[in-house]
This record gives sequence, C-alpha cells and structure tokens, in this order.
Amino acid sequence: MAFIGLGLSVFGQKFLTRTGTIQFFSETDIENIEAINNQVSSVINIDNGEMAFTLLLKAFAFEKALMQEHFNEKYVESEKFPKSSFKGSIVDFSSSDLSKTPKEYSVKGDLTIHGITKKIEVKMTLIVNSENQIIGTSIFTIKLEDYDIKVPSAVRSQISETIEINVKLDYEKMD
Amino acid sequence: MKKWIKTACFLFLGVNTSIAQDDLLDMLEESAEPTTDYTIATFKSTRLVSGHSVETNAKGVMQYLIGHRFGRLNSGWRDLFGIDNATIRMGFEYGLTDNINIGIGRSSFQKTYDGMVKWKFLRQQSGATNFPFTATFVSNIYVDSRKWSNPDRENYFSSRLNFNHSLLIARKFGNLFSLQLMPTIVHRNLVETTEDKNTVFALGAGASVRLTGSLRLNAEYHYIPPGQIMSRIGGEEVQNSFSIGVDLETGGHVFQLHLTNSRGMTERYLVGETTGRWLKGDIHFGFNVSRVFTVKKPKEFK
Repeated sequence: MAFIGLGLSVFGQKFLTRTGTIQFFSETDIENIEAINNQVSSVINIDNGEMAFTLLLKAFAFEKALMQEHFNEKYVESEKFPKSSFKGSIVDFSSSDLSKTPKEYSVKGDLTIHGITKKIEVKMTLIVNSENQIIGTSIFTIKLEDYDIKVPSAVRSQISETIEINVKLDYEKMD
Repeated sequence: MKKWIKTACFLFLGVNTSIAQDDLLDMLEESAEPTTDYTIATFKSTRLVSGHSVETNAKGVMQYLIGHRFGRLNSGWRDLFGIDNATIRMGFEYGLTDNINIGIGRSSFQKTYDGMVKWKFLRQQSGATNFPFTATFVSNIYVDSRKWSNPDRENYFSSRLNFNHSLLIARKFGNLFSLQLMPTIVHRNLVETTEDKNTVFALGAGASVRLTGSLRLNAEYHYIPPGQIMSRIGGEEVQNSFSIGVDLETGGHVFQLHLTNSRGMTERYLVGETTGRWLKGDIHFGFNVSRVFTVKKPKEFK
C-alpha cells in the first residue's frame, strides 16, 4: 500500500489550467445566445490520462446582461448549484503520443450540470504548442432535458433544446 | 488477520482509479482561489411597483419604461371604473457602469419632467468576502411644467422644482424572498402654506416573493410621520402610499400589474401627493412595461 501511495506522488505528472475557456451556443430562428467563461479550471494527469475540470456558472458572460441573470436565476439555478464539473479519462492515452501534431482522442466520464450527473463520451484534440503547453479542444452538444434544465413555454422558441459547447484548455506543467 | 489485509488491499486497488479521479477534482477545488458570490436578482425590475428597487441596469444597457395608472376603481361605470382617466409616465434609464445609472422621464400627472441618478454602492455577497445587504442611493429632480396657478404674482423657475433622495437597503433571503427598506426625503421648493414642511421625511418598506421562476408578488409602503403635510389636495388629506402587484417576466420584457392608492409613478408622488384611501376603494389599477436594449456589448463580445 505504501508503495502505491508513493507511486502516485512520484509518477503523477500533472498539467493544469485556471484560465480555460468554455463557450456555449444556443441557436434558434429567433435568437442566438452565446456565453463565454474564461475561468475554467482543469487538470490532466499525463501518466494515466485522467482529467477533471470545474467552473463557476456565474462566471459565464453573456452579450445581454439580462440573459446572464435569467441563465443563473432560472435555468441553471446557480445559487443552488454554483458549479459544473467533469471527471473522467482519455481513452487509450499515452503521454508519448503527445506532440506538435494534433491527435484526436475520446474522453469518457461524468459531466455534472445543474446537480445532475450524466456519463458522456466526447472527442477531444490534444496538441503541444511551442511553449510546451498542452492545448485541449473539444466541441460537443448536450441536451437541456438531460440535466433537468426547464425552459418556460413563453421563451421556448428562443432557446434551443440542444446546446453546443466549445472547450479550449491551455494546460501548463505543474511544479 | 492476513485475510483482512488482503481484502483491504483488494478493495484499495479495486477503487484505485476512482479515488485518483476524485483526487484530481478535489485538487482543483482545494487549490482554487476563493471567489466572491454576488447576490443577483434581488428584485426583477428597477422598480418595486412605482418606487425604485436597489436594482440597476448593467453597463451599456438602456431600459425603456412605460407606466400607466388608471383612475379610481370606485369612480363608477360611467368612467369604466377608472379606465377613462389614465396617467402615463415614460422614461429611459441607462447603465453608465454596472452600478451607476442615469435616467430621464416625463409624467402626464402634473406635467412633470424628471431626471435621475442612481448608484448601487454596496452589494450583498458571500464566499471570499461577505456582506449582508445591497445598498443603492437614488436622487431625483422634478420640473413641474404646468402653467402658473397664479400668473399675476412674480413666479420663479425654482418654484417648479422638487427633489427626492432615497437610500435603498435590500436583502435577498434565500431564493424566494427579498426585503427592502427605503428612508426617503422629498423636498418641495414651493409649498401651499407655511405649515407645510418643505422637506418631508418618509420611511418606506417593500417586499418581493417569488411565486414561480417568472412570477413575483411585490408590495411597497411609504409611511409619512404626521405633522409634515397640512394642506389638502383637491379637498383630500394626504395618505401613506401602499401598492401591491405582480411581476411577469418574458425574455427582455417585464410586465408589472398592480393596485395602488397613488396616481403618480415616482417617489415625489408616493410621498406627499397620494390621496387615495384603500378602505374607501380609491384604488388605481396600473401597469409598468419595461424593455431593455443592449446598447454597448460587454468586452467579451466586441
């Protein structure tokens, strides 16, 4: 047991970001809604491909201040569920595959939004840039109903049931 | 004993992966800088009913407000229970910053133009820093543009001016209930008699209860300590203002429907110009419609 504990701390090579970006888009005929969060925290363990991220929902900025208020107050209920998080791992990951040419992986794990956790599997591209940062990008969609996010009937035509999520994470090696 | 250790080892190894994942998430949470969580949506609109709430428009947001107050419900069928005698106020308010708003408006009641400055100088917050309430200062100036009631004497422009200053202190309790206190002064440059105080003090209180995600019940009351206003208006004594209403929100609009004993739609009329008595049925039906426009986009969207 002591050996395993030691093993984790010696080989647990981690890369971290506190300034990752997550954007989301809702597109309908009537209104397009876009929001950006530039304060996403994420960590990736390049020894075993495990990764996690967490963000504050109130840190999403919207083009219209009222949308931001409605998002927090009515849809994701940020006062009850302030954070959204993911934990999982990159499938068939090997740190030796990391290079300056992009490689697409599958990422599997648990995504928690609005207090509800669902298993997801999404594609993610990893590349190492000239400053030796690992850049992770991913585009995927989620359904509002999967996370019990209710849209009042009066605005149903303005909010898409499927939300596109763009992720860009710039990991730096942890000391 | 040995068997026990074996089992423990097995369990430990078996759940090893998930422990490591929890560690990553825990590590992120534990090493994060603590953040301050500012309370949002204490009230749904910049108005409780007729008076200001602590809320301000965000930077770059223009709000168009239109309000109607009909005549008294007890005015009878010939006036269709007050519908024939509407007063209107239109106004624009703009967010210079998230916390400082300026505005202009015009009321048909007493043909009055008004200008406003509003500053939210404290915000209810929790987390890295804590503060128990939101505080906003609002100042109004009013210009009465009616013809002089006595044109034969020497009249001064300053006699057309009235002022209001209110301190609004509000707290949101949980997600359902908000309370606001508003000590208010109204200064009238010209009053009817020497017994009427130029500066009238009132203490206001308001509350909002969330009924559903888009529907709230609001009430607002202004108490005027006695001995300040002696003159009657149209033969009636000045009353404390009480209003009750609902907010209904749909996208960029807020509709507010209410019942009130005040005809005017700004602080000056709530304090010192309200003559309706609820118990006699001197109740006005009214509504506000508020629409916001984003004039300047936030920096992330430029």
